[in-house]
Amino acid sequence: MTDRSVSAAVDVAPHHASALSRLMRRMQSGWRSIVVFIPYVWLLLFFLLPFFIVAKISVAQLVIASPPFTDMIKWTDDGVMSIRLAFDNFAYIFEDDLYVKTYINSLKISSISTILCLLIGYPIAYGIIRSGPVTRKLLLFAIILPFWTSFLLRVYAWMGLLADQGNINNLLIWLGLIDEPIRLMYSEFAVYVGIVYTYLPFMILPLYANMEKLDATLNEAAADLGSRPTNTFLKITLPLTMPGIIAGSLLVFIPATGEYVIPDLLGGGNVLMIGRLLFNEFHQNVDWPTASAVAIVLLFLLVLPMIIYQYYQAKATEEP
Amino acid sequence: MTGDPASSDTPWLDQGAEPLIKIRGVTKKFGDFTAVNNVDLDIFQGELFCLLGGSGCGKSTLLRMLSGFETTSTGTISIDGIDMSNVPPYERPTNMMFQSYALFPHMTVEKNVAFGLKQDKIPAAQVAERVDDILKLVELQDYHKRKPHQLSGGQKQRVALARALVKQPKVLLLDEPLAALDKKLREQTQFELMNIQEKVGITFIVVTHDQEEAMTLSSRIAVMDEGEFVQIGTPTEIYEFPETRFVAGFIGSANMFEGRVVEDGPDHVRVMTDLGEIYIDHGQSVREGNRVWVAIRPEKIHLSKEPPTEPGPNQAIGMVDDIGYLGNTSIYKIKLENDRIIDVTAPNQIRPKTRTHRITWEEKVYLHWDASSAVLLNK
Ligand SMILES: Nc1ncnc2c1ncn2[C@@H]1O[C@H](COP(=O)(O)OP(=O)(O)O)[C@@H](O)[C@H]1O
Ligand SMILES: [Mg+2]
Repeated sequence: MTDRSVSAAVDVAPHHASALSRLMRRMQSGWRSIVVFIPYVWLLLFFLLPFFIVAKISVAQLVIASPPFTDMIKWTDDGVMSIRLAFDNFAYIFEDDLYVKTYINSLKISSISTILCLLIGYPIAYGIIRSGPVTRKLLLFAIILPFWTSFLLRVYAWMGLLADQGNINNLLIWLGLIDEPIRLMYSEFAVYVGIVYTYLPFMILPLYANMEKLDATLNEAAADLGSRPTNTFLKITLPLTMPGIIAGSLLVFIPATGEYVIPDLLGGGNVLMIGRLLFNEFHQNVDWPTASAVAIVLLFLLVLPMIIYQYYQAKATEEP
Repeated sequence: MTGDPASSDTPWLDQGAEPLIKIRGVTKKFGDFTAVNNVDLDIFQGELFCLLGGSGCGKSTLLRMLSGFETTSTGTISIDGIDMSNVPPYERPTNMMFQSYALFPHMTVEKNVAFGLKQDKIPAAQVAERVDDILKLVELQDYHKRKPHQLSGGQKQRVALARALVKQPKVLLLDEPLAALDKKLREQTQFELMNIQEKVGITFIVVTHDQEEAMTLSSRIAVMDEGEFVQIGTPTEIYEFPETRFVAGFIGSANMFEGRVVEDGPDHVRVMTDLGEIYIDHGQSVREGNRVWVAIRPEKIHLSKEPPTEPGPNQAIGMVDDIGYLGNTSIYKIKLENDRIIDVTAPNQIRPKTRTHRITWEEKVYLHWDASSAVLLNK
């Protein structure tokens, strides 16, 4: 009797197992496709869809209504569909000196800020790598620490520092270096200070991650082969940290170009940046179509260098 | 170099020969820790010199002081008559082959090898020619355009060698050059390395922890322990005449016996040990009554089933406790009358017909060895 029951159990078990494992496998592959789809869904919902909405508004016309623009698709009374695309918003942007100048100024400010961040961030990242394990953790912590206070608060703090009666001017007067407060606030200088200060961690962290993988014996090998320290830096360290430099630069350059808060608070009316212009178009002029067109042009200005970079990157890795 | 070429095989014996490298009283301290302790060494042009020792004994540190990556705490190093104390690594007449190879990952094989030559502002055509020649020498002539990640371990090793050799340094420093290769490739590469060294005629200093490798490669070996040299000599000297228990045990295997000197003659020494009386046919400055150590290599002890014709020194009786068959040789564990077990090896020249050894388990055996086989150890 026991014999038979055992054989029965043996008989049944594989069936169970296979059915169960099949179910598990189906669930797993289901999960996998869900996991794969998450980034697509994310991009679709939060990037592509808003982009098309903005693109649609950018080719509409301004009306005084709610929402303040024309529909793209209209049905006439006799049921004929008409699509109206108005490109005059784009034409207007390129005709008006103000927009072109603002774009150029934005790109100039973000480019210079990126270079400044790189010049300051690179030695900092290199120093962190070269320090002992405990100091290294402390320094990294110090780099991330500012994120724990609100960004707005930190910009206000700079206003306090840079103001005519602010700490810096007071200190300089107290030291006897100057007699009158110098104008620091509401200038491009203040905007540079704000942007470089705010975005520096975004430069340092990718550089740090890149340099951490760097093999220190490569520097010794170069020195051993007769290379002086400067040459070793240019021929070995710099090329090998290029991925970190590019990642950090993109992380600074892209958000800095569209920056609104810093030029608004620290630059006042004196510094033209595209973020401020956008804000004005939306809120003061309530001209959504022009604002959308401004945003679309900005997007292309930022995407273009990335595409060029990707292209050369792909070509470089193709080579044997 | 100085000295006539006839004596160049053993320049260290030539009193007048000027060494290429002079290491004098060199010590390296890391904080309180002494990695290299007061070493003196002369290395001559054309030598393939090995620094041999266990992990952490200071071999790499000494090499790094020669290449200039570490400064000496005290003492001086001079190469070709020039004091290296204030010479930075990039101006030293040495090149190093790193244990990890340290190939530049973003450069092709060709560019890696050319890197050193370009630092010397050598014209491009000449650089290309020398790179071609050296890659031919290491048999990588078809790999000019490869990047390091596209090479096998053995190929990387050869690129590293070519890159260090191409500048024709006065001294080539090799830190565990073969450690990353598998056994077969390592043995083959040892001979290639010797051939290359002979062809280029550059002085090599090789760091290794592998005693067989050191024995195969070197003209001379310095055995290191805890930052000090315990013995310097040719492979034969080190193997046949180890001076200390450490050297006897580290290079090859040895049976070691503690004993008391019973006679100290001008050309022989007699020592009483638990193996019986050992007669050593070379004199040494010990005093009668001294406690000393004697080493006998396992292959220098002969086994016999017949008792010796007459009793005397250098004889013992034992029982076969275990046999290890190694193919070319067998290792016999012999239990002495005082229960101590010693090793004896014997070649398997004749294939045993009965599929068993001539001398087998639990058999009584008679041991004897030549008067020249035992070595008196200092420490
Ligand atoms: N930069 C350093 N700082 C502190 N200790 C070191 C340093 N370099 C080596 N040592 C120590 O010195 C000893 C010898 O090291 P090394 O020369 O690399 O040994 P090996 O003989 O294995 O090549 C080791 O105990 C090592 O921990
Ligand atoms: Mg080492």
